[in-house]
Amino acid sequence: MKVQLHTLAHARTGDKGNRSSISLVAYHARDWQRLVDQVTEARVAHLFAHRQPTAVRRYLLPKLHAMNFVLDDVLDGGVNGSLNLDSHGKALSGLLLTLDIEMETP
Amino acid sequence: MLPSFSPTAPKLFIGCGAGFSGDRWDAAVPVVKALRATGGPAVLMFETLAERTLALAQLSRRQNPNSGWEPSLDRFLLPVLRDCVEGGIPIVSNFGAANPVGAAHRIHALAAQLQLRRLKVAVVEGDDLLGATDRLDELLPPAVHGKRLVSANAYLGATEIAHALRAGADVVVTGRVADPSLALGPMLAYFGWAQDDWDRLARGTMAGHLLECGAQVTGGYFADPGLKDVPGLATVGFPIVAMEESGEFVITKPPDTGGRVDRLTVTEQLLYEVHDPAAYITPDVIADISDAELQALDGGDRVRVSGIRGHARTDTLKATLCYEGGWLAEGEISYAGPNAAARARLAADVVRERLQLLGFGALAVRADLIGVASILLDDAGRWATAHPCGDSNDVRLRLAAACTSRAEAEALTREVLALYTCGPAGGGGVRTHVTPRLASDSCLVPRDWLKPSWRFVE
Repeated sequence: MKVQLHTLAHARTGDKGNRSSISLVAYHARDWQRLVDQVTEARVAHLFAHRQPTAVRRYLLPKLHAMNFVLDDVLDGGVNGSLNLDSHGKALSGLLLTLDIEMETP
Repeated sequence: MLPSFSPTAPKLFIGCGAGFSGDRWDAAVPVVKALRATGGPAVLMFETLAERTLALAQLSRRQNPNSGWEPSLDRFLLPVLRDCVEGGIPIVSNFGAANPVGAAHRIHALAAQLQLRRLKVAVVEGDDLLGATDRLDELLPPAVHGKRLVSANAYLGATEIAHALRAGADVVVTGRVADPSLALGPMLAYFGWAQDDWDRLARGTMAGHLLECGAQVTGGYFADPGLKDVPGLATVGFPIVAMEESGEFVITKPPDTGGRVDRLTVTEQLLYEVHDPAAYITPDVIADISDAELQALDGGDRVRVSGIRGHARTDTLKATLCYEGGWLAEGEISYAGPNAAARARLAADVVRERLQLLGFGALAVRADLIGVASILLDDAGRWATAHPCGDSNDVRLRLAAACTSRAEAEALTREVLALYTCGPAGGGGVRTHVTPRLASDSCLVPRDWLKPSWRFVE
């Protein structure tokens, strides 16, 4: 069975220049390992492919059941150059939360 | 006034009254009330200086030498200044922007207006790089070469704030300092932490990090109905930290306010705009939150933060550079009813063709169909190509372009306006904006290029 990441975790986006950082926090400790296994750098890079990130890095914070994604060069220049109404990319956390997560344990 | 430090000092309470220039003006009132009720030493901070706010202040000061400080200073301070002075609660803020001395004069005037005693108002200076060095060109990133700099300011640390507080300042006004330093300064003043006590500096810095965005740690910017409900967002309480000499601390909010403080809200803000959690770099320290732990305390709305470590600060300071960045042209028009999205798309095509005909064909125009697809789109339209957009019977078309001149920008907005009579059927509600843009970039400056200082302003 698959569920949307939105039901398992919450997220917040921050920005510095043309770089976006998106935190992801599990609601419950029981889901943490599942997120580590499935919300990978590769899947996030694929999800944001249209933004053409030059790097996607994931940092794990197991004691907080949280992880932090840093995506380079995804903001069309950021507050400086982007024509997006959301030039900070604040809404990108919402895109991350659309990932599907497989709930059955193998 | 802060008492002098001792190793057995009780807790220091630090409250935050604003997390950005546009924040709620009345948020500090319950914070100050709660700080006074602690009976302990306490400080109130306001953080109101975003990256380009300082460039706007610089432009304002060019027009009027007495301006260039936080335009909402009166509105933030008037509701709490009397209580802070009477309660012995110093105020620390980057209200100064491009003109800390101007802000200090205004604060004296406010105190006089409120018939308070003469205040000791200190300013922190030395962040402004324009005119301070003729070697700035050596540091500029390629994108900034040949651009007209509006502002160039280094992020100073907590040291000068601490010195001013130790000398008895009622108010400390800074220009550009790192946001968490506004909170670390009072901790240095009160606890007397050594300048190389990296663990304590890191803990104080992360406490400042949690405070400096105001309600973002107490339930603001968090609610997601049904999943993450937040009570009382209309009266959300701003954060207060109870700091201990060890650097461990509890974060909470004033009683009888809205919002929530728990593991989830604090985790979101702890990671906010942090990249590598093992190396959060500020002028004061490198903080490492990899092993940070949060413990929700009994009674609710209180979280204890521990496990933060620190490493020696870097030899450089970050500076933000703002320069003139051309013009942003925006025009919007709405369509409703059957086939609305198709009419909006046609309108976008018509404007692009008109710009071509008029000799502005080089303009790259972004088109958003608000109500169908807008915010997730990229400027180049790759998302729209990869994700065929649905339909909607209620659509607002937004066209936007980056322009090098006002004339170019107005060419676009005029064509959006002309859609009223020359565009598809049923277009309504045109709004257009032409806005001068400020662009920004950053560079690293060797510490010894800067001479941070503080002084009292009469």
